[in-house]
Amino acid sequence: MNWAGLYAVLSGVNRHSTAIGRIWLSVIFIFRIMVLVVAAESVWGDEKSAFTCNTQQPGCNSVCYDHFFPISHIRLWALQLILVTTPALLVAMHVAYQQHQEKKLLMMTGHGDAKHLEEVKKHKIRIAGSLWWTYVFSVVFRLLFEAVFMYIFYMIYPGYQMVRLVKCEAYPCPNTVDCFVSRPTEKTIFTVFMLVTSSICIVLNMAELVYLVVRACARRGRRNSNPSSGKGSFYGHKLSEYKQNEINQLLTEQDGSLKDMLRRNPGLQEKGDRCSAC
Amino acid sequence: MDWGSLHTILGGVNKHSTSIGKIWLTVLFIFRIMILVVAAERVWGDEQDDFVCNTLQPGCKNVCYDHFFPISHIRLWALQLIFVSTPALLVAMHVAYRRHEKKRQFRKGDKKCEYKDIEEIRSQRFRIEGSLWWTYTSSIFFRLIFEAVFMYAFYFMYDGFRMPRLMKCNAWPCPNTVDCFVSRPTEKTVFTIFMIAVSSICILLNVAELCYLLTKFFLRRSKKAGNAKHHPNHENKEETKQNEMNELISDSCQNTVIGFSSS
Repeated sequence: MNWAGLYAVLSGVNRHSTAIGRIWLSVIFIFRIMVLVVAAESVWGDEKSAFTCNTQQPGCNSVCYDHFFPISHIRLWALQLILVTTPALLVAMHVAYQQHQEKKLLMMTGHGDAKHLEEVKKHKIRIAGSLWWTYVFSVVFRLLFEAVFMYIFYMIYPGYQMVRLVKCEAYPCPNTVDCFVSRPTEKTIFTVFMLVTSSICIVLNMAELVYLVVRACARRGRRNSNPSSGKGSFYGHKLSEYKQNEINQLLTEQDGSLKDMLRRNPGLQEKGDRCSAC
Repeated sequence: MDWGSLHTILGGVNKHSTSIGKIWLTVLFIFRIMILVVAAERVWGDEQDDFVCNTLQPGCKNVCYDHFFPISHIRLWALQLIFVSTPALLVAMHVAYRRHEKKRQFRKGDKKCEYKDIEEIRSQRFRIEGSLWWTYTSSIFFRLIFEAVFMYAFYFMYDGFRMPRLMKCNAWPCPNTVDCFVSRPTEKTVFTIFMIAVSSICILLNVAELCYLLTKFFLRRSKKAGNAKHHPNHENKEETKQNEMNELISDSCQNTVIGFSSS
């Protein structure tokens, strides 16, 4: 299980996201995970081996490194990315549950053949009802995790800037010892880059939250002004959808057989009354 | 998530590109990304370990390396390639949006009967016109800007494209001025020039594609203006005949439904 595995898992969620959710997912995978794997990991690769202290005292190097870098940036970012992407799985689980209920309903009403069951899997589920709440919670959790990790970063590494020199006096270092960090400028550049993309993701999440809330309010307003439309239950609505799908299918099949008929009998091409089933 | 996944993502965009766009994508993946992964990363692999300064002063090497190489060539190229390839995703998103709209029309049972089934919508290739033309052109424009910005950043940071063999450093804690030697300077210069050359070729391809799109746009506009002059109804005879036939067929659709439901 690696980043590619996570990508495979989350691509499925993408189908049921809003447009902003898909943009967010692309930003996460291309500008954060990919940059982390392809570039940042090699910058931090030699962080311990190239951390040099101005002393020959054995153990001083290790102790000072551990004192100033309790957890490496790379590991913090990896944790952040994993925690930030996993609330989307709540949505995936809810969608799977809804699809399971739909399949049960189909079997109960006698439409349990393979074709209808396949259609359940293929069609996109609207973000409404309880799924809306799940989706909103997942976005809120994402925001929370992003904010918490940015705060942790700031606490552990104040100012987001990687210093060139740290002065260390932990035992067993004799007195105060100068220790030099490897590639501080490059690390600062990447820290700022990851910080900026993290802020962009926070903005996208907030925009998505606002969009969902506005959509829900608009839907509620429409329902209040037109009370007859939204009264049907979820399953009643689904039943009428299936009936409509059947009618559409019949129409397309007949279209195929009609074209055969027209080819054989060109005289059938006449204008007639409008169809009442359409 | 690595270059392979990026290749998968961008491979889908390839379908809707112009021929110059397809050439550009091939050049990007074979002559830049592949060279970066297969060759350049090895050359720069020991850049800090083998950066040697003529001093025993601890920390001097770290500080001098950091002073002369604020960001490594490899990382700059990786960022450049990521930024340059992502505008193509705008086009992919626009195409996905159009497909979604067509699927919605189809599901509503639109009387046009344009597509036999949803699979055809999925595999259909859209022509680059209308709003898709604007998205495509903006994506090429952004690509050009990113390429230019990164080439300038390179030139600015490393004073030209040559890797010097020796650098003189006097940053603290180095005592006085110290000679520092870069590892594999000639090989690094060769690869830097190679990557710059391929980057310039990509810029040229993007400019050519932009010109091609603009030419196509103006030609199409002049053709439409020419048609409007000769046929003020904005429809030529063939289109009118086709529209009539379509109407007849859809009306017959409905007649047959009545016929079947009544029998």
